[in-house]
Amino acid sequence: MSRLTVPKTYKLFIGGAFPRSESGRTYEVTNASGGFLANAAKASRKDARDAVVAARGAVAGWAGATAYNRGQVLYRIAELLEGRRAQFVAEIEEAEGVSRAAAGAQVDEAIDRWVWYAGWADKFAQVAGNANPVAGPYFNLSVPEPTGVVAIVAPQDSALLGLVSAVAPALVAGNAVVVVASERFPLSAISLAEVLATSDVPKGVVNVLTGSPAEIAPWLASHADVNALDLVGAGALDWIDLEIAAADTLKRVHRPEQGTDAAAPSLERIVGFTETKTVWHTKSLR
Amino acid sequence: MTGTTLVTARERALAVLGGDPDDATLRRYLHGIPGVDAVGLEQRAAALGTRSVKTSSKAWALDRIISLIDLTTLEGADTPGKVRSLVAKAQNPDPAEPGTPRVAAVCVYGDMVPYAVEALGAAHGDPDDGGISVAAVATAFPSGRSSLDIKLADTAEAVAAGADEIDMVIDRGAFLAGRYGLVFDQIAAVKEACRRPDGTSASLKVILETGELVTYDNVRRASWLSILAGGDFIKTSTGKVQPAATLPVTLLMLEVVRDWHRLTGHKVGVKPAGGIRTSKDAIKYLVTVAETVGEEWLVPHLFRFGASSLLNDVLLQRQKLASGHYSGADYVTID
Repeated sequence: MSRLTVPKTYKLFIGGAFPRSESGRTYEVTNASGGFLANAAKASRKDARDAVVAARGAVAGWAGATAYNRGQVLYRIAELLEGRRAQFVAEIEEAEGVSRAAAGAQVDEAIDRWVWYAGWADKFAQVAGNANPVAGPYFNLSVPEPTGVVAIVAPQDSALLGLVSAVAPALVAGNAVVVVASERFPLSAISLAEVLATSDVPKGVVNVLTGSPAEIAPWLASHADVNALDLVGAGALDWIDLEIAAADTLKRVHRPEQGTDAAAPSLERIVGFTETKTVWHTKSLR
Repeated sequence: MTGTTLVTARERALAVLGGDPDDATLRRYLHGIPGVDAVGLEQRAAALGTRSVKTSSKAWALDRIISLIDLTTLEGADTPGKVRSLVAKAQNPDPAEPGTPRVAAVCVYGDMVPYAVEALGAAHGDPDDGGISVAAVATAFPSGRSSLDIKLADTAEAVAAGADEIDMVIDRGAFLAGRYGLVFDQIAAVKEACRRPDGTSASLKVILETGELVTYDNVRRASWLSILAGGDFIKTSTGKVQPAATLPVTLLMLEVVRDWHRLTGHKVGVKPAGGIRTSKDAIKYLVTVAETVGEEWLVPHLFRFGASSLLNDVLLQRQKLASGHYSGADYVTID
């Protein structure tokens, strides 16, 4: 008698837990040749709302952690990814229909980017911050601070690398993230969520939604409790409307990027989700 | 709001009890009440919590919730300034939305009553007429552990300072020890202390502190006892003990109020307090009230929410309904 396989249920990742969609909806995820891979949860606007609540609750703790500690936590994600490398390679190979070597290269690049961004955690403030010269007996310091809750539409054409390239830089400065994964390749995003859940990332710091970005993104763009919007993977959506909706609540917005070097590692991606705080402090008076 | 006078309340109690309210009579009466079917109660409460309330009904419910809130601050760190900002919020919960209803009352410690009254000014009045009442917790809140003289002085001082409503705690130790007569007499004495020189009386809310009563049977008995002794309201909790208000306990108390109304024609209010933080929860309570005692109970002199953070959540939901997008904590005041 042949054995029945036990397929995995892919759910959402909200507040450190893996709930099904509040709506109960799922959608079929297929491989490159159209074959059935799995059912993934199809998040609704209420899941997005819950994710923002979870993210908001996590901001204070994550932003309050020392930069050194955040760097260590991000580095540990890379360590855990390395340990589950084979799983990710197999997933990407099947989902994207690429060769094993290409899938392996994507996972390696994703791991390297975690490490690269982890290194920036206790260094970017030295580059992005400044001691400003002022005409008076004051120290005048500008320091970057996290902007808060960042909503991200992940790049749609890659299973893992695009997601990592968008999420990691937002985390470096101490933001909490709600990310809408690639609609076509959501499975690696949930596997990454499993890595995050078992690493030292506090719950709620990263929240992963799967489903239709066209359906969820407008709710995130107009949400008053979201502080910034990264539309890197929203090129196929009506992203100008998203930008207009975001402007109503004065969000920072990153516009869509296309092509192979979309969301390439850069300091700008870190600094783009920070606010500059400038403090004046008297020099000692003699 | 003026409560019923003690004379009629006592007469009513004597008629129902068929004797003087001493330990033995009360024990015979309260223990003669059928026990609570806990599973049935919790299932009924859970079923009432599954109603889907949408759009226009939800808008009505949110506004009604605001108008039923006793906006509360009961912290050791309370200051006159904090009470003034609480009053400002009570009068104008959402400055960006002038149509937002006012809350029913502000609830403070007795020594803060003068500041609340002063800050309210002309807005001080009966919530049924669009005013805002001042409620004061009294009788050695939250533990209730002091002598009767001190409890009565506590109450009289708050009433003299202008409190319209007194939230008293029962002596849970005496209740659990079966000294029902003592608890009855204390409630009746506090009720008497609520009288003003002009013959009117502050409304009396009796806090059962259901989290310390342990069983549903005790909650039912304490509810009957408090109503018999003349309470105008029965209130679940102080908010200082967990668990505070729960839907099953509130349902149970509403059933007692319903039975009392059928028995005597007299209406008593219910106030769940503590732990109700979201609009979703509060709407479940509205449904429970409407389904248990009827919609006519959803008025400030018969139902209240004792809450502080609930108001902000209701305002966020209100903003969501008005604007069509989700709102955030940056758009309501920090309390």
